[in-house]
Amino acid sequence: MLGNIRTDWGHDSAGCAICGMMSESGRPMGGETIIRAIANMHDRSNGLGGGFAAYGIYPDRADQYALHMMYDDAAGKAAGERAIDVHCVVHHVEPIPTRALECIRNRPILFRYFVTVKPEIMKLHYDETEDDVIVHLVMSINEKVEGAFVVSSGKNMGIFKGVGYPEDIGNFFRLDEYSAYLWTAHGRFPTNTTGWWGGAHPFGLLDWSVVHNGEISSYGINRRYLMNFGYHCALQTDTEVITYLFDLLMRRHALPLEAACTAMAPPFWTQVERMDEERQRLIRTLRVIYGGALINGPFSVLVARRDCMIGFNDRIKLRPMAAARKDDTLYIASEEAAIRIMCRKPDTLWHADGGVPIVGRLKTADAAVA
Amino acid sequence: MAKKWLLEPDFRIERDPERCVQCQVCVRQCANDVHQYDASEEVVTSDSSTCVGCHRCASLCPTGAVSIRRAPLDFRPHGNWTAEVLRNVYKQAESGGVLLSGMGNDRPLTVYWDHMLLNASQVTNPSIDPLREPMEVLTYLGRRPERVEFGPGGVKDLKTQLDPTIRLQTPLMFSAMSYGSISYNAALSLARAAKESGTFANSGEGGLHKDFRPYKDNMIVQVASGRFGVDVDYLNNCAAVEIKIGQGAKPGIGGHLPGEKVDAAISATRMIPKGTDAISPAPHHDIYSIEDLRQLIFAIKEATRYTKPVCVKIAAVHNIAAIASGAVRAGADIVAIDGYKGGTGAAPTMIRDNVGIPIEFALAAVDTRLREEGIRHQASIVAGGGFRCSADVVKAIALGADAVYIGTGALVAMGCHLCQKCYTGKCNWGIATQDPFLTKRLNPNIATKRLVNLLRGWTHEIMEMMGGMGVNAIESLRGNREHLRGVGLSDRELAILGIKSAGE
Repeated sequence: MLGNIRTDWGHDSAGCAICGMMSESGRPMGGETIIRAIANMHDRSNGLGGGFAAYGIYPDRADQYALHMMYDDAAGKAAGERAIDVHCVVHHVEPIPTRALECIRNRPILFRYFVTVKPEIMKLHYDETEDDVIVHLVMSINEKVEGAFVVSSGKNMGIFKGVGYPEDIGNFFRLDEYSAYLWTAHGRFPTNTTGWWGGAHPFGLLDWSVVHNGEISSYGINRRYLMNFGYHCALQTDTEVITYLFDLLMRRHALPLEAACTAMAPPFWTQVERMDEERQRLIRTLRVIYGGALINGPFSVLVARRDCMIGFNDRIKLRPMAAARKDDTLYIASEEAAIRIMCRKPDTLWHADGGVPIVGRLKTADAAVA
Repeated sequence: MAKKWLLEPDFRIERDPERCVQCQVCVRQCANDVHQYDASEEVVTSDSSTCVGCHRCASLCPTGAVSIRRAPLDFRPHGNWTAEVLRNVYKQAESGGVLLSGMGNDRPLTVYWDHMLLNASQVTNPSIDPLREPMEVLTYLGRRPERVEFGPGGVKDLKTQLDPTIRLQTPLMFSAMSYGSISYNAALSLARAAKESGTFANSGEGGLHKDFRPYKDNMIVQVASGRFGVDVDYLNNCAAVEIKIGQGAKPGIGGHLPGEKVDAAISATRMIPKGTDAISPAPHHDIYSIEDLRQLIFAIKEATRYTKPVCVKIAAVHNIAAIASGAVRAGADIVAIDGYKGGTGAAPTMIRDNVGIPIEFALAAVDTRLREEGIRHQASIVAGGGFRCSADVVKAIALGADAVYIGTGALVAMGCHLCQKCYTGKCNWGIATQDPFLTKRLNPNIATKRLVNLLRGWTHEIMEMMGGMGVNAIESLRGNREHLRGVGLSDRELAILGIKSAGE
């Protein structure tokens, strides 16, 4: 029997609300604002999923991977911990703090582990990075270990999600007690599946996190394309596919952000024909090689990483996305109303163009995104 | 014409005496001598025994006096010894020869395309109207690097060079049909239509007539086991080169163009003496193994200075996935798979009807296998063999094809009525013949226009179906089996096709 953290309903899509805020100077911001912003778009979700990603929340353990885990039961916890123990040194483990709420039911067992990869495991994977080993671990737990699920696996960040309205989920996880320089949030309106904890957004891998509103009509080929590179889409959600595509293009293939976004939402050939020769060559090369990575169908997506936040729309703009800036902070949301909650009077406010990424970059010495 | 012993005619000609005005159009049009004019009686008569059912006479009869029906079955019904089986036995008892057929397998076997249904968007994602929004079907065929690399300068510093590719304005190409098996006008029409539609025609194994050189940028030239017409000029007057290993209509056997068809022009094009039979051996006698194939692929790449993609065409046979994988690893930039319903100018009937597997399974198996091996990007897949309509094409692309070859459909567009007698050289429509009296019937301007229309119509339909699914780029349809559902298929068939059942 399947637990409530995983289902096999098949390809899962959803209508949704998303929002995010990022201080480009790395200034910590309390969780209360983002909860109010996502709550403002209450009617865009239906109580079957909500979640948050927060960056900069574990500064004392910034060099360790924070594994946020969900377990169905004690057996799942034992199996999950066995898998972690094989690969990792666990420096600290604790239950994820929660508040008992009447509206949050059937909650799984929630723990977080602060880990590094064992040196002897690194010797086995001598031509890979520590990140690669963590990816293998996450893939293997999510695919094979029954009753266990990795929610997030990045450093100095975490994902908090579950079944419920997003504001209740935020309250449940006591996010008002955290401070982060980058927050994203998601309210879910699933159309293909019932609510389940693992399927809530954000979806994460390493320090990538993705929240998404839309239904990807190219899902079938995106998933098969990723299989070529060893990604197994265990959850069958659009968000999972988008996360892996970003990981493939930006981490493994080291594409500059602009090139990665062009690969996923390229301009039309008729537009390409009007560009200069060099630009034509760039886009033709990206489209011909990364045809399987083109994301088609309506989507608006917020992708976050330790050093950046990217707002990104499908190329014919079938889903809404508004953005604003005030001082050092970038705000992105499904609706302008949510932005006005986060920031009453922004310096600038605009609506995203189809296929053109909106990027916030962390302006510190050690973090620079290309 | 003497009636053959024991063999009843396939068709019965019915002539309405009220309508017939003895104009003798039918007499002049029929190369099979079905109709005769008796000058003394001033009456046109018909002898049904040689009628092939090509409809030429009926189509051109100005008064609509001629109609053609299947001869009524006069055998006692028998599930095993059907009329067709009996006829074949009578023919062979008479001639002692091999049964011949033209065109593709005509047996009523399962068409798996008809057991797959397409998806459409409702509510949760919008369908896209191709008349209002861009809808991209532009297709590149050829090998692709696995990834794009940039230098330290970022997007301004692109390091990756694309391998040679060919660019199709629509994912439809004309299959290989040689000049020889089809007439000059038919071959010319295919080349012209390909150029006008921004796609490709295929020379087949008969060489490239010098008149077709202006269409070289829209031609794929074939290197088959007979090597007819192959020299370095041939290889360099094309967009891509195709090594023909096999053909869906007759896997495992070669070809035979009778000497009667080898006139001066065909002789010059094929580089063989006039009037000699052009026999393609069953295998390439320099390819007895996969490593030999690699040598030929690279010999061609050397000869073309690595400027053209090399395609390997193979018939869909039992172990197709492994064979295709081998071809890709041997250096093929495109793999063309031809299913058992593919057409031909002539094939032994037993081979045509009993050898090979359906393109649907072959295509699904190859695409899956290449993905499992992580080499799908190294070659494009072109599917061929019995594609009847744009829905078949969309389903093939969703299964994993990059593009589709259409052969029979193109011939039908030019006027072919599928009488399946191409091997007689008496094609009344001027397509599969070299008889100048018959070939001049095919007006290349009209045939070109009809071919262009067909591609245009199918392309519009492909766009409509894509828009309905909510995708606006062909690469989002390609290999996207989520958009297919099976009906009336077993679990095993669904598994091989890699699709879910309807309702799942």
